[in-house]
Amino acid sequence: MAEIRYWEAIRRAHDEEMAHDPLVIALGEDIGLVGGTYKATSGLYDKYGPERVIDTPIVEGGYTGLGIGASFLGVRPIIELMSVNFAWLAMDQMFNSAAKVRYMSGGQLSAPVVFRSPGGCAHQLGAQHSARMEKVFMGVAGLRVVTPSNPRQAYGLLKSAVRCNDPVFINEHELMYNIKGEVPDEEYFHPLEGSEVAREGSDVTLFGYNISVYWCLAAAGKLAEQGINAEVIDLYALAPLDRAGIRRSVSRTHRAVIVEEAEPAVGVGAEVMAIINEECFFELDAPPLRISARSVPIPYNRALEKAAIPNAGDVVRAVLNMFGK
Amino acid sequence: MNTADKTRLLREMLFARRFEERCYEAYVERKIGGFLHLYPGQEACCHGVLEAARPGRDYVITGYRDHIHAIKCGTDPRAVMAELFGKESGCSRGRGGSMHIFDVAHRFMGGYALVGGPFPLAAGMAKAIKLKGDDDIAICFLGDAANNQGAFHEALNMASLWRLPVLYVTENNLYGIGTHIERSSAVTEQYRRAAAYAIPAKQVDGQDIELVYAAAQEAVGHVRAGKGPYLLELMTYRYRGHSMSDSNAYRSKEEEQAWGRRDPITILRDRLIAAGELTAEGYQALERAIIEEIENEIIPFAEEAPQPDPVELERYVLAENDPWVMGGAS
Ligand SMILES: Cc1ncc(C[n+]2csc(CCOP(=O)(O)OP(=O)(O)O)c2C)c(N)n1
Ligand SMILES: [Mg+2]
Repeated sequence: MAEIRYWEAIRRAHDEEMAHDPLVIALGEDIGLVGGTYKATSGLYDKYGPERVIDTPIVEGGYTGLGIGASFLGVRPIIELMSVNFAWLAMDQMFNSAAKVRYMSGGQLSAPVVFRSPGGCAHQLGAQHSARMEKVFMGVAGLRVVTPSNPRQAYGLLKSAVRCNDPVFINEHELMYNIKGEVPDEEYFHPLEGSEVAREGSDVTLFGYNISVYWCLAAAGKLAEQGINAEVIDLYALAPLDRAGIRRSVSRTHRAVIVEEAEPAVGVGAEVMAIINEECFFELDAPPLRISARSVPIPYNRALEKAAIPNAGDVVRAVLNMFGK
Repeated sequence: MNTADKTRLLREMLFARRFEERCYEAYVERKIGGFLHLYPGQEACCHGVLEAARPGRDYVITGYRDHIHAIKCGTDPRAVMAELFGKESGCSRGRGGSMHIFDVAHRFMGGYALVGGPFPLAAGMAKAIKLKGDDDIAICFLGDAANNQGAFHEALNMASLWRLPVLYVTENNLYGIGTHIERSSAVTEQYRRAAAYAIPAKQVDGQDIELVYAAAQEAVGHVRAGKGPYLLELMTYRYRGHSMSDSNAYRSKEEEQAWGRRDPITILRDRLIAAGELTAEGYQALERAIIEEIENEIIPFAEEAPQPDPVELERYVLAENDPWVMGGAS
């Protein structure tokens, strides 16, 4: 098993899928000649040519719609939206066309298209480049949403997303393209549903996804020093969420904390809490908590920016408080 | 076009007219719900263009005023009516309704309700055709007001840049709901807008099917020859309100009457009669046969068709038993 970077894992998945099926194409802004803002498509333009690795004009709604239309005829486009902040311009097509076409055609037509885009708060990119938008995509029937927290998931989720007959939104992270991790040498398809136990524990479950998995793991390390054995669940699938996995863990630990990089309203934390209520309320020893971003447009100033986003310390404090420590 | 073709087209247009008028009645009888946008007045546009293409093989996409485009592609009119009645035997299994008629087997790729939504979808279908190396084309029918959407400009730019085999047809009926084109478009002649994207375009009288057909032959030929997109603007008029809730108060009786004198069915009928290729009695017989078909076959089919089973409410949201959801066979 080789250690590779997150962007290399995404690149490898593109390469393998494009080699496997001539109808797999990639499109987006500066993904071809330049190789992508985060190098996720580097080298593919030379290998597969401009008809399959397409540098688009800066027109998110237009090329997203074009990719969806191509998918109606069996093409499998991987559409890169340079930043989720720009995905707002593409949402009409993502929601009104891709997510609904199977249903409103009574099952005749589908849009097997993959949207990939980095979200999250990076370093001082300001209010219009720091959105965390997974909550927006999660709420739309007909669209799958996954979010890889490591290179293995980044590779395997993209592979499965390309083959799957549903539209899939892959929520990546600006800060994660350079993280390293082990990816199987042989071909690997990651499930698009479910969750993973990132750390086993018995006293409390910390739910994270994407970058917040790392905050949860760091917090679990600190909590262990205080005698609290935290379990960390990686919710790599956000739509649909893994109800069974959430129930299984909370039924064992009886306590739950959800950690999200986004603002709390209508978010992953709210949704996981609702699932806990519905699935295993009477097994709880304490009210579930969520650790979320502050509800502000992300400020430029570094100190203010850091204050807006939660961190491992916030998780530790909340859990200690939950245990009356 | 020979006499047999012209007579058939006259029948098809008359059928389209009566079908839509029957929809109106069914709506008033509350058999049809939701929004209903009807096509009377514009028949020569759809029929003239598709006659010059390969309906059932070329990929067609349009907006919410979509019943007739589907039928011209080969969709069984009974399945369209059953769809309007919300039935399981409807062409979209009762999940779509009037604005979302689909018939993929006949390559009618759907009616879409967001004004302008189909522009990039059509370009994408054309991209797929090109990748597959087929000689099919994509045809996108939309209204004049849709051309004010960014999607129009975005799609035309990409289609031209990448020489995609797509024909854009603007059915210019002068209105977007109640807003006259003079009040919404800085350039009212829609075909001129294509020049911004180096796309050849033409404006044609959309009430004379022979003129539409001739122009469409040229347009389709251009697109099918791999020369890139083309835009056809057809000047036309819808007789009814925009949808069923429209009072039509924004336009004058004189205007409506003037356009009524240029009715596409009357123009073709009178021409055939004048040429001795059709008699007045022959026309009446045609009309009777159509009404009988609608009343004896289409409406009863839609009436008797089963309702969708509520147990299946959540079907078709996602693919069924897709192995890749759980990581494939591996
Ligand atoms: C994005 C969007 N905005 C507004 C509407 C409401 N609407 C429906 S049809 C229409 C007018 C469209 O006119 P045109 O494109 O000329 O087509 P026509 O109805 O004349 O055939 C409007 C404003 C809509 N369905 N979608
Ligand atoms: Mg109009």
